[in-house]
Amino acid sequence: MSSELSAPSRPARVVFYNDPKFRSIAYQLFLCAVVVFLVYGAASNAIENLTRAHIASGFGFWNQTAGFDISQTLIEYSARTSTYGRAFWVGLLNTLLVAGIGIVFATILGFVVGISRLSRNWLLAKIAGGYVETIRNLPLLLQLLFWYNAVLKALPDIRESIVIGGVAFLNNRGLFVPQPIFKGGFGAVEIAILAGLVGAIAFYAWARKRQERTGQQAPVLRVVLLLTIGLPLVVFAFAGFPLGFDFPQSGRFNVTGGVEILPEFAALLFGLSVYTAAFIAEVVRAGILAVSHGQTEAAYSLGLQPRQALRLIVVPQAMRVIIPPLTSQYLNLTKNSTLAVAIGYPDLVQVFTGTVLNQTGQAVEVVAITMLVYLTISLGTSFLMNIYNSHMALRER
Amino acid sequence: MTMAEGDLAVTQLAFVRHATIAPQPPPATMTGAIGWLRANLLSTPFNIVLTAIIALLLAWAIPGLLRFLILDAVWTGVDRNACLESVQHREIGACWPFVREWLPYFIYGSYPIPLRWRVDVFFIMLAIGIVWLLWLNAPRRELGTVYFFVVLPIASFILLSGWAAIGLQPVDTVLWGGALVTIVVASVGIVFSLPLGILLALGRRSHMPAVRTLSLIFIEFVRGVPLVTVLFMASVMLPLFVPEQYSPDKLLRALIGIAIFASAYMAEVVRAGLQAIPNGQYEGAMAVGLGYWQMMRLIVLPQALRITIPNIVNTYIGLFKDTTLVFIVGIFDLLRTIEVARIDPKWATPVTSTTGYVVAAIFYLIFCYGMSRYARAMEARLARGDRH
Repeated sequence: MSSELSAPSRPARVVFYNDPKFRSIAYQLFLCAVVVFLVYGAASNAIENLTRAHIASGFGFWNQTAGFDISQTLIEYSARTSTYGRAFWVGLLNTLLVAGIGIVFATILGFVVGISRLSRNWLLAKIAGGYVETIRNLPLLLQLLFWYNAVLKALPDIRESIVIGGVAFLNNRGLFVPQPIFKGGFGAVEIAILAGLVGAIAFYAWARKRQERTGQQAPVLRVVLLLTIGLPLVVFAFAGFPLGFDFPQSGRFNVTGGVEILPEFAALLFGLSVYTAAFIAEVVRAGILAVSHGQTEAAYSLGLQPRQALRLIVVPQAMRVIIPPLTSQYLNLTKNSTLAVAIGYPDLVQVFTGTVLNQTGQAVEVVAITMLVYLTISLGTSFLMNIYNSHMALRER
Repeated sequence: MTMAEGDLAVTQLAFVRHATIAPQPPPATMTGAIGWLRANLLSTPFNIVLTAIIALLLAWAIPGLLRFLILDAVWTGVDRNACLESVQHREIGACWPFVREWLPYFIYGSYPIPLRWRVDVFFIMLAIGIVWLLWLNAPRRELGTVYFFVVLPIASFILLSGWAAIGLQPVDTVLWGGALVTIVVASVGIVFSLPLGILLALGRRSHMPAVRTLSLIFIEFVRGVPLVTVLFMASVMLPLFVPEQYSPDKLLRALIGIAIFASAYMAEVVRAGLQAIPNGQYEGAMAVGLGYWQMMRLIVLPQALRITIPNIVNTYIGLFKDTTLVFIVGIFDLLRTIEVARIDPKWATPVTSTTGYVVAAIFYLIFCYGMSRYARAMEARLARGDRH
């Protein structure tokens, strides 16, 4: 009996092609070979097709003169002297502009709608629910076209502009608002704003540390408001109000002066904000519902006021749930801003992947650069998000 | 002393109730319609103000909408004069005769008129497939899956593009348009994204580093860029990557772009489902001697896909809305046909654009809302726990 036990059980001999290790390596080699073959085939075909069509390759076009106009430029740009590279930067800045402002609007609207959906006011909750259901179930492109073609382009023409408060004009060419002109001495105000911000942050940090150490509270809100708003205003007054306005003037065929807000920009901004807000509202609602009711009850039983319970107990826990999907909504908004091409707002895709590609014909380079830009934004954001998540994750004992 | 007095008082009482009184009804202001109003609309001063503001807003918006869609709408006419305020001397709402004239174009695009029955057959076949797949108590559902993912794509391809050998006149895809293209693009995305997404999700969780890395790169790359750029890539770069004679036609390029994009998103949805399956299931499957594919097909995927159905449907809703983007690479989907029709000089009025967009909105709302109701119902069913 003991001899049976002690007999060494030799591992069963496996034919090499049934060995999992061998199989896994074979599969992977095969897959890599297929990928290499596909890439090689694509590349050689591309080279052949490009030489046949006499299309240059490489990034030499970057420094060539663009020769086309762009309707909205945040940096200096002119059709005759600026390069394709400059056009790229103009488009990218336009994308970032609409995405940045859109994120602010969408966040505000989204939080309002999301909280409204949980309101005890039945009418408000239903309206918010109807908003979310309708907006989420309609394609963004349809909404953009509606805002642009059916609303903004249907505004009266220049001669019958809608005058707002005597200083701004609204017509089918856009919204014309006064342009602020900073005179000499405004630099002092800028410094004051900066100093106020730094001071406010420092005060907040100090007050918080002191409260943790001694339990004494400081009037944070009042001091912060004083530093960020009061201080610049005082400096502004002392500097002799160094700010003027260039008012738009309405002519028969054109509006001169002021700042023009393009209808394309307005439609895109409006469409993106309204659309993304519906998704943000759902994120916010889910986040608030994720905080169990016991937390609120526990806060009340500790003697916190409803407002305090919300601020100190519910919101911090809800934010932990809200922020990751919120960032992905911000990314979606940025990616969706590429729909600008459909209504003619000069964003990165419209200027670069549209016009520059058509003029140069260098599809590979242009599409690759565009994708790289969006990839950088996306991956950069998710990298920051991962850091944030590991920082915020519940530390369970 | 007080005790004694108390005792005395009790004995002197003339009446002692022996039974409890029946509970009184709550005050009229707390129940019924009034109670509901007080609790849900008028609970605090702030709520009263809010309710008033919303009521005013509704009183302005709902009649306006009704007037535009029905009361002031124009129902008959042959050209723009019927829908012009200056001609009719009244408020003009939606211009429905415009829709009536263009409706065939919105549905079929430029598909040859004598051959449009083929599109109708396709719609019917698709509807049968969808009902078979979505109706959970339908007979022979496994057959339905085969029908939807194998038979339907091949049959509809032959039907729609034609096959001279069996007497179906070929129809070039540039003639396809309208709702037909929207539904074809969405269906191709739906049919291809699920299997590809499952493969990518399995690849991303694979133990083989090369498979894992390639899946990861593909998924993150596609999810990191906007659909518009994927479509641009498919429409301008794809023709460069294949020999000239095999250059795919415009619609096929867009379909490839949509399928690639949708499968990357689907992969992440499926991966979430795979992660929810406890390790014991994998270990149990291996312990009874199943190989990798058997384990996935028989044990893991059925459970993972089951709990993912709501998310899969939500991805399909996104996909359905995203089909509108093929507009940008020059495909005549429903939205594009409306864009074409609304600038038709014969019907050019201030209300034509809005009328066109209302038609598109109704179309997309019906499909997307229908899908989201289905997802919601599935979610409720899963939350209840399946008791079959």
